[in-house]
Amino acid sequence: MSRHLLSAADFDREQATLFLDTAAQIEAALAGREVKKLPTLRGRTVVNLFYEDSTRTRISFELAAKRLSADVINFSAKGSSVSKGESLKDTALTLEAMGADAVVVRHSMSGAPHRLALWVRGCVVNAGDGTHEHPTQALLDAYTMRSRLGRLEGLRVTIVGDVLHSRVARSNVLLLATLGAEVTLVAPPTLLPVGIETWPVEVAFDLDGALPKADVVMMLRVQRERMAESYFPSPREYSRRYGLDATRMAMLPDDAIVMHPGPMNRGMEIAAEVADSVRSTIVEQVRNGLSVRMAVLYLLLSGAEVSL
Amino acid sequence: MKSASEAADAAASPSPDRLILEAGDLGRVIDRIAHQILEKSDGARDTVLVGIPTRGAPLARRLAARMHAFEGVVVPVGVLDTTLYRDDLRLRGVRPLEQTTEPPGGIGGLLVVLVDDVLYSGRTVRAALDALRELGRPRAVQLAVLVDRGHRELPIRADYVGKNIPTAPAEQVRVLLEEVDGTDAVLLRGGPR
Repeated sequence: MSRHLLSAADFDREQATLFLDTAAQIEAALAGREVKKLPTLRGRTVVNLFYEDSTRTRISFELAAKRLSADVINFSAKGSSVSKGESLKDTALTLEAMGADAVVVRHSMSGAPHRLALWVRGCVVNAGDGTHEHPTQALLDAYTMRSRLGRLEGLRVTIVGDVLHSRVARSNVLLLATLGAEVTLVAPPTLLPVGIETWPVEVAFDLDGALPKADVVMMLRVQRERMAESYFPSPREYSRRYGLDATRMAMLPDDAIVMHPGPMNRGMEIAAEVADSVRSTIVEQVRNGLSVRMAVLYLLLSGAEVSL
Repeated sequence: MKSASEAADAAASPSPDRLILEAGDLGRVIDRIAHQILEKSDGARDTVLVGIPTRGAPLARRLAARMHAFEGVVVPVGVLDTTLYRDDLRLRGVRPLEQTTEPPGGIGGLLVVLVDDVLYSGRTVRAALDALRELGRPRAVQLAVLVDRGHRELPIRADYVGKNIPTAPAEQVRVLLEEVDGTDAVLLRGGPR
């Protein structure tokens, strides 16, 4: 097991399965418990280093670390020395000097966690870097698919929307390929990255054609904050062609599930009635995220000859 | 986890494995422990067995089956993974977790008999006591082990011992069980000859 979790492409199928199995065991170990706390990481320090806004990922990592009895420090760029112009490296060295065993980093620049991993001795966990990767999201998505549908091998997963800006899509494609699922990307041509033909996926432009043969449909958020240029004519047109509404949902096979990494734009990429339907696993994904992140912290931090 | 083929290899190869218990002995030892538990617990009244993975779990199930055969009592069996409660996680490699299953009916107010294959440093049992606390408050906790090999690092002793085997720290005690390894045996490996 590597010391860091930077990319969903970092591990083979056996390691990926170990993450998922460990998460399942942790969930089972805590199920029905009054006190949901384990002493596993007592005395270890986990720093949440968030340069970008986040609700669920930061809270999820914080809770995961606390449930394993680690000490947690939350750092957000606002209200820190970053606003005085401190560089990522200097911030990292400061955290290092304070004895962080793990640094969970979210940054708007792709590759920031990879740089960080060169500077600190603790474990670095990528919690989302720019438009690049978000490996723990891919793990929790795979975990959700496996627990709902019972398998990943041969599962047909359709990922819909803004693939260009989506770190969730990239990490999911990489991990799902490792785990043997068949991924189809559906997006307007303007929202597909250059080099998409080298990805281990099928690409389609017509959502209605892709839905009837999907076991999983994963809707991506339209990232307004990353849309300086106009990638599609209007939100209404995007929604009409690539949004998932009740009519489209009816085209899915009977046991297919609908996923969304959140936060949702209700009425844009996903209709409210779809988001609240029984097929939707959106709340489940958040719940599973906690077990998966506990598994990640446990596997990276225990037995590690890192730290001070 | 040791596989069946590995076990077969171990038996076939000229390595210095010494057979301590063969299948028949092992069955008789389990029978004896089952009788002892029945005797000490007034016929397994308000008693549950909790196995510590990997091999403590099938051992606990076997003990329960024997107790049922001897006295017709149904003793609930649980499985308790202690990995997340260990104090040596930083010293040893990452270990995969195993499923924890609470005995049906819980453990509150009952006599819990922890079951493991080998008692060595005592650290697994210490972790098990911590893990047990999270499941409830037993009336009492006892410990049954197939092999006690000495070298305790904590003030812990077993209430029921299948076999005491004096060992050197360099030696390795291997318990093989049908359910996990495909065969029943206790082997002693390595050490000075």
